[in-house]
Amino acid sequence: MIRILFFASVRDRLGMAEETLESTPATVADLRERLAARGGSWDTVFGSEQRVLAAVNQEMANPETSLNDGDEVGFFPPVTGG
Amino acid sequence: MTNVDVRIQVTVQGGALDVATELAAFHRTDPATGAVVSFVGLMRDINQGEPVAAMVLEHYPGMTEKALQAIAEEAISRWDLQGVRLVHRFGELRPTDPIVLVAVASAHRGDAFRACEFLIDYLKTRAPFWKREVTTDGQRRWVDARDSDTAAAERWQDTGSATPDR
Repeated sequence: MIRILFFASVRDRLGMAEETLESTPATVADLRERLAARGGSWDTVFGSEQRVLAAVNQEMANPETSLNDGDEVGFFPPVTGG
Repeated sequence: MTNVDVRIQVTVQGGALDVATELAAFHRTDPATGAVVSFVGLMRDINQGEPVAAMVLEHYPGMTEKALQAIAEEAISRWDLQGVRLVHRFGELRPTDPIVLVAVASAHRGDAFRACEFLIDYLKTRAPFWKREVTTDGQRRWVDARDSDTAAAERWQDTGSATPDR
């Protein structure tokens, strides 16, 4: 099981702030693929060349970052603080 | 993080950022400090030619504090510093409100100047904050990340304690 959080414009476009997945994909890339396969705005956000960053357990992650049961995954656009 | 570095203080807050009070307290952190360099980021009333009435800053609670702590630790590993103070706002801001305070204390000014610029450059590309502007005609829009900010952060990639080229 993993917990997924969506932030800022990513959350707005998906119309969802968070969800829980019962099965745990192997990597961040696998998770993105699974989310994009839902089609519609999911495909637009995760399937295209749009830049969506990922964090695993609140640390910046890569597509190759592996996922484990109980992980928290955050998806968000490039940051604009400061 | 097992080691808590007493030289680092990070705050992420929804309330107003009082720069004068923060700096006055920071100046007294360590009597070995000979120089404090600070950067204050302010909200502007115009962006990309359009007037902006307000801004709402969103962040990723938990990750934000970790990211700021990691950036401060990176600065301490590169330069000889007595202290690093990072304060960042979230929530609603109005033009002229301070968004971020970066303050660096060191024995001499050189390290403090370099570390301060490094900290704000890294913070802008690594800390999970997102700005949403409200224009004067009531439209809300997310602010896009700037390539120039990415370039500014990348300058520091392999420079150690040296100042990178522009």
